[in-house]
Amino acid sequence: MKATCWVAPKKMEVREVPDPKILNKRDAIVKISSTAICGSDLHLYNGFLPMMEPGDIMGHEFMGEVVEVGSGVDNLKVGDRIVVPFPIACGDCGACKAGAFSLCENSNPNAYIAEKLLGHSPSGIFGYSHLTGGFAGGQAEYARVPYADIGHIKVPEGMTDEQVLFLSDILPTGYMGAEMCGIKPGDTVAVWGCGPVGQFAIASAYLLGAERVIAIDRFKYRLDMAREKAGAITINYEEVDSVQDVLMDLTAGRGPDHCIDAVGAEGHSHGVLYMHDRMKQALRMQTDRPIALREAILSCRNGGTVSVVGVYAGLIDKFPMNAVMNRSLTIKTGQCHVHRYMKPLLERIQRGDIDPTFIITHTMPLDQAPEGYRMFNNKEDHCEKVVLKA
Amino acid sequence: MGASIETSTNTMNGDGGSAAIGTAIGEQARPRVSTTARYQRIANADRGTGGESLANFLGVFSLGLGLAQMIAPEGMSKLVGIKDAEGNRGLMRALGAREFSNGIAILSRQQPEKAMWSRVAGDAIDLALLGKVMANPENSRSRALFATANVLAVTALDVMAARTLSMQPRTVANEGADKGIIRTKRSITVGKSPEECYAFWRNFENLPQFMRHLESVTVTGERRSHWKAKAPAGQTVEWDAETLEDRPNELISWRSTEDADVYNAGTVRFQKAPGDRGTEVRVELEYKPPLGKLGSKVAMLWREEPGQQVMDDLRHFKQVMETGEILFSDATKQRGMHPAQPDDKPVEL
Ligand SMILES: NC(=O)c1ccc[n+]([C@@H]2O[C@H](COP(=O)([O-])OP(=O)(O)OC[C@H]3O[C@@H](n4cnc5c(N)ncnc54)[C@H](O)[C@@H]3O)[C@@H](O)[C@H]2O)c1
Ligand SMILES: [Zn+2]
Ligand SMILES: [Zn+2]
Repeated sequence: MKATCWVAPKKMEVREVPDPKILNKRDAIVKISSTAICGSDLHLYNGFLPMMEPGDIMGHEFMGEVVEVGSGVDNLKVGDRIVVPFPIACGDCGACKAGAFSLCENSNPNAYIAEKLLGHSPSGIFGYSHLTGGFAGGQAEYARVPYADIGHIKVPEGMTDEQVLFLSDILPTGYMGAEMCGIKPGDTVAVWGCGPVGQFAIASAYLLGAERVIAIDRFKYRLDMAREKAGAITINYEEVDSVQDVLMDLTAGRGPDHCIDAVGAEGHSHGVLYMHDRMKQALRMQTDRPIALREAILSCRNGGTVSVVGVYAGLIDKFPMNAVMNRSLTIKTGQCHVHRYMKPLLERIQRGDIDPTFIITHTMPLDQAPEGYRMFNNKEDHCEKVVLKA
Repeated sequence: MGASIETSTNTMNGDGGSAAIGTAIGEQARPRVSTTARYQRIANADRGTGGESLANFLGVFSLGLGLAQMIAPEGMSKLVGIKDAEGNRGLMRALGAREFSNGIAILSRQQPEKAMWSRVAGDAIDLALLGKVMANPENSRSRALFATANVLAVTALDVMAARTLSMQPRTVANEGADKGIIRTKRSITVGKSPEECYAFWRNFENLPQFMRHLESVTVTGERRSHWKAKAPAGQTVEWDAETLEDRPNELISWRSTEDADVYNAGTVRFQKAPGDRGTEVRVELEYKPPLGKLGSKVAMLWREEPGQQVMDDLRHFKQVMETGEILFSDATKQRGMHPAQPDDKPVEL
């Protein structure tokens, strides 16, 4: 089959590789119809996440048709059309039973390595380095899905791939980002980053009852989308002296009640701070650039919530713990527990509460994945989200 | 199991234990669990192995350093003042890769002190290279000096950590080491009852299901069993073991028989975890690799550091108990590094 392989930082190749096989009883094999490139893939593309091997198959947002089912899966049959959640989760361990699927205790065969880096191991993830298990990903013609009995949602008749594909990751992720805020009527929510995750966080904050949502980015086309499609008030951080000051003005000195970081490790900025972070990175004093996170913490109102869905891969410097502690802030975070959001969000799509297709700007064949990566990474041609057709 | 490993850690009846619960807590407010004494005993016996946390820090540091050198070799060469020629960039990238794999090796504790010393050696190479760079008038000296100071500081830490690791203090975990006995202990929480965990483990023929280095265990008598382990190159190592103690739903301990070539002994304890968290499973294991050729075969069995092997086994025990089988990924299906991509090799399920 054809698969998108990581070769080196900034170098992806579509290669011919062996077809996947059933390795465990609860596996299923899916013939992929649609798959997408995620902001998380960009951290691998740019070499920020450790433990990639040349030849690793990328991709964790995918859907398709079941073509083979393991003997331990009793709720799927050949021909079923399913969307697969990106965390791999057993459904039986303490974490899964508590609904924390991205913390599954049984699904990372390389847990011992993750433990050394993170203290404890999170779940396995498709196509997301050997730190999270070394599972082949879904930017390919076929994929093996472990624990397929709980790791899927069936697509109702009549719905298009585009309507349901993002249930695999970014729609639940944006939703969880907003849900973790515990939004109350009248609340103002600020969202850093207007990538796909940011867009869905904005929309979800409204679904969950926010009064106003303010979105921050520097790409005009992304800010336009946030304003016109998701309904946000937008700030272009390159056109203002201080985002924090603008937020203070907009909230009459209170600060946003909740701040969502939908940027992560590769935050960008202008001026001295950015130089500082690039320097620190180069001098190996930190691996990540926590620019949006710092700003979110400092902007948040006293006693507010900072919800972090942007991914951090390593260590950061100049973390304003004094602000967190002295101002009673709550930090909530996590890889999305996708399994628990798939059904309710599918229902919301069916009811017409949200139409997730608005973020798609590019659809291309799997063969062109390397080009898709380049465009999405460099934000060329007003790229917001790339869907690949296998 | 050697008499030195305490098997009398009394588990179930915690009488006398209640005195150990904080006396500042009013009678009526005291937790209803009977004892904290059992856990205090575990805490007392556990001293870890000194030097590890510093090694951990350096492991993390190494990762960061290696990452920067690999990702941004141009930036790094500029920062350390090396002229940004293609060759230099390759060099920086190579240094980065070494730094990075060191980090992983230190952190994953595959023989941490060896990895630490290879770091020290690596630092020496860095220093030598920087020295060469400084001697070249084309490169900026002050920057290189700055980098040298940086590397020197790291080197000092490395030497310290490597020395602490190789002079580990005496702890339960390494006592007897000078007699050639290697001892280790690990634990895990399994979401099943002590009865279920005990029953599965007590049927020794189940052990190869989660101890991947075992080929088979055959029960040969009431207290006897025959163990067969896989060694490299298709060879096997075999021994007989006897059950020393068997307390249903609580504890099993075993040791190899007198005439076995490979001395090894183990105890597994099952104890109800607090709340509805299942069972706390604790394993203590000791073994003495024999000398000579067989010795090296046995050492290979444990090549990943015994604690790591026991932890893997426990993790697999949890998987088997909770989900029914051990999960494989494309990369971990085979031993050794393998890209996350399917292969053509047949699957044995
Ligand atoms: N928690 C999860 O489960 C989960 C799931 C999916 C993605 N993610 C993470 O979410 C993040 C965003 O993903 P995406 O697909 O939207 O990626 P993306 O790259 O399309 O979006 C990131 C956006 O952040 C903007 N940005 C950079 N610096 C900024 C700053 N200082 N202030 C404001 N905006 C800034 C960029 O311009 C860009 O538009 C990534 O870190 C990704 O790894 C997390
Ligand atoms: Zn993703
Ligand atoms: Zn689980």
